[in-house]
Amino acid sequence: MPRVTDEHPGVYSRYARRYARLVTMPTAPTAPALGDVTASDSTLRRFLHGLPGVDPVGLEARAASLGTRSIKTTAKAYAIDLAISMVDLTTLEGADTPGKVRALGVKAVHPDPTDRATPATAAVCVYPDMVAVAKEAVAGSTVKVASVATAFPAGRAALGVKLADVRDAVAAGADEIDMVIDRGAFLAGRYLKVYEEIVAVKEACGSSARLKVIFETGELSTYDNIRRASWLGMLAGADFIKTSTGKVAVNATPANTLLMLEAVRDFRAQTGVQVGVKPAGGIRTTKDALKFLVLVNETAGTDWLDNHWFRFGASSLLNDLLMQRQKLATGRYSGPDYVTVD
Amino acid sequence: MTTQSQASAFAYAPAPESRAVVDIAPSYGLFIDGEFADAAEGKVFKTVSPSTEEVLSEVARAGEADVERAVRAARKAFEKWSALPGSERAKYLFRIARIIQERSRELAVLETLDNGKPIRETRDADLPLVAAHFFYYAGWADKLGHAGYGADPRPLGVAGQVIPWNFPLLMLAWKIAPALATGNTVVLKPAETTPLSALFFADICRQAGLPRGVVNILPGYGDAGAALVAHPDVDKVAFTGSTAVGKEIARTVAGTRKKLTLELGGKGANIVFDDAPLDQAVEGIVNGIFFNQGQVCCAGSRLLVQESVEEELLDALKRRLGTLRLGDPLDKNTDIGAINSAEQLARITSLVEAGEAEGAERWSPACELPSAGYWFAPTLFTNVTQAHTVARDEIFGPVLSVLTFRTPDEAVAKANNTPYGLSAGIWTEKGSRILAVANKLRAGVVWSNTFNKFDPTSPFGGYKESGFGREGGRHGLEAYLDV
Repeated sequence: MPRVTDEHPGVYSRYARRYARLVTMPTAPTAPALGDVTASDSTLRRFLHGLPGVDPVGLEARAASLGTRSIKTTAKAYAIDLAISMVDLTTLEGADTPGKVRALGVKAVHPDPTDRATPATAAVCVYPDMVAVAKEAVAGSTVKVASVATAFPAGRAALGVKLADVRDAVAAGADEIDMVIDRGAFLAGRYLKVYEEIVAVKEACGSSARLKVIFETGELSTYDNIRRASWLGMLAGADFIKTSTGKVAVNATPANTLLMLEAVRDFRAQTGVQVGVKPAGGIRTTKDALKFLVLVNETAGTDWLDNHWFRFGASSLLNDLLMQRQKLATGRYSGPDYVTVD
Repeated sequence: MTTQSQASAFAYAPAPESRAVVDIAPSYGLFIDGEFADAAEGKVFKTVSPSTEEVLSEVARAGEADVERAVRAARKAFEKWSALPGSERAKYLFRIARIIQERSRELAVLETLDNGKPIRETRDADLPLVAAHFFYYAGWADKLGHAGYGADPRPLGVAGQVIPWNFPLLMLAWKIAPALATGNTVVLKPAETTPLSALFFADICRQAGLPRGVVNILPGYGDAGAALVAHPDVDKVAFTGSTAVGKEIARTVAGTRKKLTLELGGKGANIVFDDAPLDQAVEGIVNGIFFNQGQVCCAGSRLLVQESVEEELLDALKRRLGTLRLGDPLDKNTDIGAINSAEQLARITSLVEAGEAEGAERWSPACELPSAGYWFAPTLFTNVTQAHTVARDEIFGPVLSVLTFRTPDEAVAKANNTPYGLSAGIWTEKGSRILAVANKLRAGVVWSNTFNKFDPTSPFGGYKESGFGREGGRHGLEAYLDV
């Protein structure tokens, strides 16, 4: 599979040309400075509205057609292990307690107590006040601690409150921050406000925490909006773009994830900066997870087939992956009693 | 291009559909008057799997005497069949449609074996459309008085139908479903490289209890087709295939009472404007020319791209072609299957060589072709002008010619500058442009922001050398009614 390289600048070179005077190529990989595009609300709007439109029927048809790929035997074994290693094992409930979070952390490190060769998950994802507990539970492992922040999930709070939320989580040791964008501002066309907020949160993350930017795609509603939000998030310095909070009716779908994968592919082709993707919410079965991995494989490419660049925000998915993994190893289905409850 | 052997981080393991679901007999007869019978002259021919060159079966080869018998059987059956109330004919058609659905996996595997196209297509496109066509025309059978052809439109009689090898069962459905719904009886000749699904359909007719002689299937070569078309007791001729043969047929039936519809070649233009949804346009271009290895009469074989987006569109297209999977057609992950025959492969090869010789720039993704069978890698030609052979002749293979334009008027002029007029595609986010351009295109089917979408409710047919008459929809009834 050919990589996108300088010889293949990708679809967006037209925009690069159009905005050539405005665009500053990044000096550091963490700071994609398409700088002057974001000089004002109007330049930002013109840039985002100049992105190619998305035909919903065609996008969904492509996602459905990739969903028919048949992943069997060795490919399935590979993909299940990969998917396990990409899970952000999540608990975001009002009822969360230190005990619950500790259990989750232990499970993230050793998902299958009967088979120590099972890969660890990528991270556990908790509310900021649980970061310290989670940190302790995964200490000494590769498992990261991600914390939602910025008045998750609605994001309806003053910027100062959101930033305090972020600083709090980072100070408690969070390796990753999952922020929500201000959907109200986005839908009102105040793109610069959304941008500036992401920039501020990124700054609050400092150099130690990677930033995931949640768009809540179900609330953005149109694919054109999702493409614009993706570019907006990446321009502002997101390390990951993430579909949703898992708290609304429509969360990650194959189509919106495919669209975001196209966005990160094109963004790297234009700026050289690679950004990760995290679909979250609604992915519950191995079958679903494999479909998402096929989307990654055939859209962004193999460079994204790594938990540094692709994650699943999920909770019940892990147990199904483990059951399918056991089935592949033993040839028979086990049952819910042979995987651990969270 | 990804092949199964290529090692990559996420290499899809082989996922072959089981051959065991279909039972192919070592030999098949002609289907005349409800019975399978040997050819009068005892001739047979072999049908092979294009992906392996394995002989699948030996099939009786129809000659003039067999045409005579089949037409006589169809004539005899016509009297009772046409006298049945439409609601009774509908029952048979609904039954056929349901049996096709029930046997769709078997038929999909069979079609893939005999034709060489990927199982993904036979399973997801051919077979669902075949069943849908029978369901759709079953619905018309008792409503013909409301189709706009008078209170009680009458059938024509015996329909002689000759179909191609690119969509063997689907083309059969397009021909037989409207013919039966309107009360005609049928003698159908499938193509010599793909006779098997039509013979399985004969079995389905028996399973459905269809009266003898209503459907007759004559596997054979061009001579059988010519005899069928020329037979004096045939009232209606329907042909799908090449323009050259179509012209011959038109000459044969000229001056007779026979009603004729022809669905011939094409050189469809897929027009991409600079405000197109580019990612979806790339998918549409791929679907337009690589669906069924480009062996589609309405293929979007000419890409007309606005010069201002040419570079990025071609980059994206080439990147996408790199992910196409070519190989075993029975593998569920295969995108590109085999070319249908050695003859067709030779035709594609010679036209592509002509393109190169005339100075067009040829490009294919890195691609390993299987050693047995008939294969051709997906191919792009850039630097193509209206004067190149590859921009004018129908290649009927996985070969896309890329031309550019500057303004909408130029796009329309170039799109229409062809002896054909079957299909076209428009890619733009601007609704008003879709309407304006579609009105100016001389093509029977114009798709906007999609390509190669078929539906039984939609009429299909051509302008100019792409033929005349419409198949599908209410319009498709007219070809089989005495109006």
